[in-house]
Formats: sequence, structure tokens, C-alpha cells
Amino acid sequence: MLATAGALALSGCGSDSQGSTTTAASAGASTAASSGASSSSTACATGDLKGAGSTFQKNIVAQWIKDFGTACSGANVDYQGVGSGAGIKQFGSNTVDFAGSDSVMKPDEQAAADKRCGAPAIHLPITAGGIAIAYKLSGVTDLQLSPKTLAGIFQGTVKKWDDAAVKADNPSAKLPSTSITAVHRSDSSGTTNVFSKYLSATATTDWKLGEGKELKWPASVQGAAKSDGVAAAVSGSDGAITYVEASFATSTGLGVAKIKNGAGEYTALSADTVSKALEGASVPDTGNDLKVKYDFANTTAGAYPITAISYEIVCSKGTDAGKLALLKAFLTYDVTTGQGAASGLGFAPLPQGIATKVGTAIAALS
Amino acid sequence: MSDASALAGGGLTPLRASKDSAPSSRRGDRVFRGLSSAAGISLLVIIGGIGIFLVAQAIPALRQDSTSFLTTKDFLPEADVPVFGVAALAFGTIVSSFLALVMAVPVALGVALFITQVAPSRIASVLGGLVDLLAAVPSVVYGLWGVAYLNAKIVPVSSALHSVLGWIPLFGDTGGRYGRSLFLASVVLAIMILPIVAALSREIFLQVPAGNREAAYALGATRWEMIRTAVLPFSRPGVTAAVMLGLGRALGETIAVALVLLSNFEISAKVLGPGGNTIAANIATKFGEYGPTGRGALIASGLVLFVITFAVNLAARGVIYRSARRAGVAA
Repeated sequence: MLATAGALALSGCGSDSQGSTTTAASAGASTAASSGASSSSTACATGDLKGAGSTFQKNIVAQWIKDFGTACSGANVDYQGVGSGAGIKQFGSNTVDFAGSDSVMKPDEQAAADKRCGAPAIHLPITAGGIAIAYKLSGVTDLQLSPKTLAGIFQGTVKKWDDAAVKADNPSAKLPSTSITAVHRSDSSGTTNVFSKYLSATATTDWKLGEGKELKWPASVQGAAKSDGVAAAVSGSDGAITYVEASFATSTGLGVAKIKNGAGEYTALSADTVSKALEGASVPDTGNDLKVKYDFANTTAGAYPITAISYEIVCSKGTDAGKLALLKAFLTYDVTTGQGAASGLGFAPLPQGIATKVGTAIAALS
Repeated sequence: MSDASALAGGGLTPLRASKDSAPSSRRGDRVFRGLSSAAGISLLVIIGGIGIFLVAQAIPALRQDSTSFLTTKDFLPEADVPVFGVAALAFGTIVSSFLALVMAVPVALGVALFITQVAPSRIASVLGGLVDLLAAVPSVVYGLWGVAYLNAKIVPVSSALHSVLGWIPLFGDTGGRYGRSLFLASVVLAIMILPIVAALSREIFLQVPAGNREAAYALGATRWEMIRTAVLPFSRPGVTAAVMLGLGRALGETIAVALVLLSNFEISAKVLGPGGNTIAANIATKFGEYGPTGRGALIASGLVLFVITFAVNLAARGVIYRSARRAGVAA
């Protein structure tokens, strides 16, 4: 990083006169406008930009960084997938320029972030994706599950794969009597948060563990650390099931269950079905703090219901002047051209209505 | 291998040079005295500092705990009403470490005895090198190996243990689910501490004076009788210390346990099925995402681990002291 900053300074950018000396990197950054663009459609800026947070969006952000870097030489964006909570913390303590998060900030996190910015910190929806119900069960390739059965499995009340509840969801499948090993995230996780909110909304009477990044799981349901940990735990044990970001399920070759949606259909997870689910999602009409309202119990036909929206958290005002142009250029790229990369990576593009509002909010950053 | 040399020194009390034999007025001695005292005091300062840090960081979180920290099993410090305790974690830590010791120590001592007393010198030096090599393997490697390879082998073993010895609570019914268990964690820990205990014990066995051994032979002892009457009594303090260092590594092992365990927060003696957790693994898993209360709670659990380790070491000191006296060695 330092070497790059030094190289930039040496290359004679004459505009490093922002008087910002917070870091070595920003001292060497320059805010060249889009004149340096090597791609006609991408607005470019140069300098260094740091982000950290959600592991959920890590794969697509990495793709954006690569593509944006190719289009805009001199732009140096870095994103560390340290987890939503840790990313928000780093944003609050001013060590990163933006944070990635799968859930909106809690009041104390918002307060710390606002203080860092000297102005409200805002949420910008940046991508969406389904959370896969991944399983390994020999002889069963087309598992279907309803929210009620899922709640039973993850509360340890449905113990065998040939339980009546599983049979009812899979009338034509031949189910073995293997014990069910349900695996949850043992670390504090935005994925757990989304999954528990989904079950709270759809299995209202059956789901008793509440909502949150961590739950009081029964003893018969065990945890593994991080997304790769739960995926590895399931792939190593016949009869195991977990909830995990789609890309981890496919990369480890696990089965992905079809989930019964609000319209009563068992729906497979794909970019299309996630996009369908987001049709009903909305953001507030006023202001640029875009917290998405998504109803897990929506009745849209063809929708995959366990869908999560991932945000970038930025300062509405108060971003280091040396980095503002690059932040705006990078986020604009993400929410426009970058959305095209979504389906190939197991994500879904944002609905056009939301993407437009995000674009407006990015333009208003100062 | 600084552990080994330190320990061999500790086990070698009879060979330690008499402290006051050199005149203390020389300048070099004064410098040496100053430096070594400073080193000794700095150790006290470090341990004290760690203790103070742990307590200071833990107290604010413990104040927010809505239940008793020592008896609660759940660990949810970031919930709206924080509920967290160390009971299940401490249980899992002690059980896995104890099982690891039970499995590792006999084998480690056997290896060390074979190398020092039985094997021809050429084989012994090769084996000794191998043991040192094993001791240097990082724990994450053992953890990955445990998950990717050993787990699949442990499942049938666990199943067999249950069907034959199921009447022992330790091997009780786990709903037909085996592997990723405290048992697997214990086996991985045992394999991790085996080379440490073996390498240190080997150093200690090598220090047995040749005279003692030859005297035993001269009295008509067989090899086993010689080991029993000359080698083992002489080495008991050092071997105890070696076992304690192994236990210390098992108690504090973080990443290997975090990798192999499917965790929960239950206290159950049935170790063959998935479940259980340890203090160190829990800290490693959760520290990154936690806010101030959660981190305080994890540090409080770290304080408990600190106290457990301290108590174990103190007990070991006591054992060494007593057995040294019984063996007639001036401590």
C-alpha cells in the first residue's frame, strides 16, 4: 500500500493539496476527475480506498474491485471480509472509509458512526443474495422444506430425515432414517440474523429461538465457525444441514433445498428467484439513508424467500476529501455496471427502483 | 526447544552449581546479578500485568451479566439482556485436556523410554529428531488434519466404543451421531501434546546418572527393573513438569479445537457425539464480531482459563516438591 502511495506521489499528481495528512495513503492520493477514465462508461478516480465488513458480500466486492481497477488505473480499493460487526466497528473508529454490513446498524453503532463522520452515516443497499439451506444426505437430491419443518430441524425437534414433517414436504422422495445434524454459525453472524428473522416471520408459532446474530440454540444443534466452517461441517457428515451463503454451498458441492415460499411453491435458489423476492422490497421515499424493507412472508409467486440485502455504510458528509471522488466512483460503478456481475457469483442484482435511489444517494455524498 | 532446556535444568536440581561458591564482589557478577534479577522481576510484572488487565477488562462486562458467570452455561453477551457464563466452557476445556493427557502421557513416556533406554543409538537419534519435528508442527495443521482426515476415522471408533463400553457414561448414547466431538478434540490434543511430553521426558531420562543405572544392573536388575528403580524415581519431578507443560498446551489450545468441534454450550459427559466447547476456542471464534460487552465477557472467560492454568501449575509444583522429597532429592 505504501509503495503504491509513494508511486502515486512520484508520478507528479499536482493536486495533493487537500491538506489532509491523516494517513500516508491519503496524502499521496489525488482526486483526478473522470478525465483519466479508460472505459467510456466508468467514471474513474484515483487514490486508495479501504473497506471492511460483511463476509456475505466479500466475493462480489472482490470482483468489483478487480473490474473497477481494470477500468480505472490508479484506483486502489481494498476490502477485508472481517464480519459485519467488526467492519462497523472499524468504520466507527475511522480505520476504514466504508463498511459492509448485512444488517442495519444498532443504535450504539449508529451513534459511533455518526460521530466519526460528524454527520449521519447512511446505509446504501449494494447487493442481495439468497441464503441457501445446504444439506448432505445420500440418496436425496431434491429436498424440499417448509418454514415449519426448517424451524423444527433447527430447534432439534425434527430429529430424523424420515420424520413425518420432512415426509410431508417431500411426498415423492425416498427418505433414509439418518439422524439430522443441524449446524449453525457459532460466531456472531449476520446470516444467523437473517435466517432467524425469516423463521420468525414465516414460522411464527413454531420458531421459539427469537431473532439475532446469536441465538440460544438447543443442545442437539451444534455450531461451527464462519461460513466455510459450517459448509465444511455439512460436507463432512451425512445427514447434516445448515444455512449458509449460496456461494459456499455450491463451492463445496452440497445439495441446496427448495424452500416453500409465501405463495405455497417450493422454490429453488437462483438469481432470478431472489430478484423476484425483492420485487416487493421498498426503501423510504425520503432521505438517503436507504434501509430496505423486505417482507420475508411475501406472497410473490416464484420468489425465494430467505433473501438478504447487504449494505455499504458510508458518511453522508465528512468523508476525507482526498477519497470522496474515489468512494463515489467506486460505489457508482458497483450499483450500475457492477450489478451485472451478481448472478454469476450467486448474488442477485438490486431491483432497478432501489438501484436508482442508491445512485442518487451516492451523488449526494459530500 | 527452550522449554526443554529450561525444564531439564529444573529437573536437574542435584546438578545445579552451588550459588554462593564464587566471590560476589567481581563486576561481571554484579552485572549478571542485576540482569538476571531484572529478568526474574519482569516475569512477575508481566504475569501481574496480565492478571490486572484481565480483571479490569472483565469487570464491566460481568456487571452487565444478568446471571451468575460461574454457573451459567449459555454465552450470549451481546443479547439485549446479556446472559453468559463459563460453566460449559470450563467443563469442556477440562474434560478435553484431561482425556488428552490420559491418551498422550503413557505413549509419550513409552516413546521417551524407548529412545533413551531401549533403542540402539542410531535409531534413537533419528526418532528423537522426529519427535522434535512433530513438536514444531503448528496447531492449525493438526486442526485441519483432524477435520479433514481423522474425523472420518473417529466415527467408526466412536460407534464401536459406544456399543462395547456404552454403560460407561463417558461413552453414552449420542443419538447415533458421532464425530466432531470432544472425543475427537481430545485425540487431536493428545497427538499435539505427545511430542512435547515425549521430547521433554527424553531430555530428563537422559539426565539419569549412569552410575544409578549401572548400580541397578550390578544388583542384578533386568532392564525393566532398572527403569523402575533407577530411571523413573529420579525423573519423576521433571516428567511431572513435562506433563504439566503438555496440559498447559492442551488447556490453551485454540484453533485446532475450534476447527474440529461442532460446538454447543452443554455440560454432558457423553463425549462421543458432536457438542461441547472450550474457553480458548470460544474466544477465537467470537472475538472478531463482538462489541465491548461481548469482548469483556470473553476476557472474563480468559480470566477463568488463566486461573485454571495457574491452579494446575500450582498443584503440579506441589506434586513435584513432594515427590522430589520422597525420592530423596534435595529440592
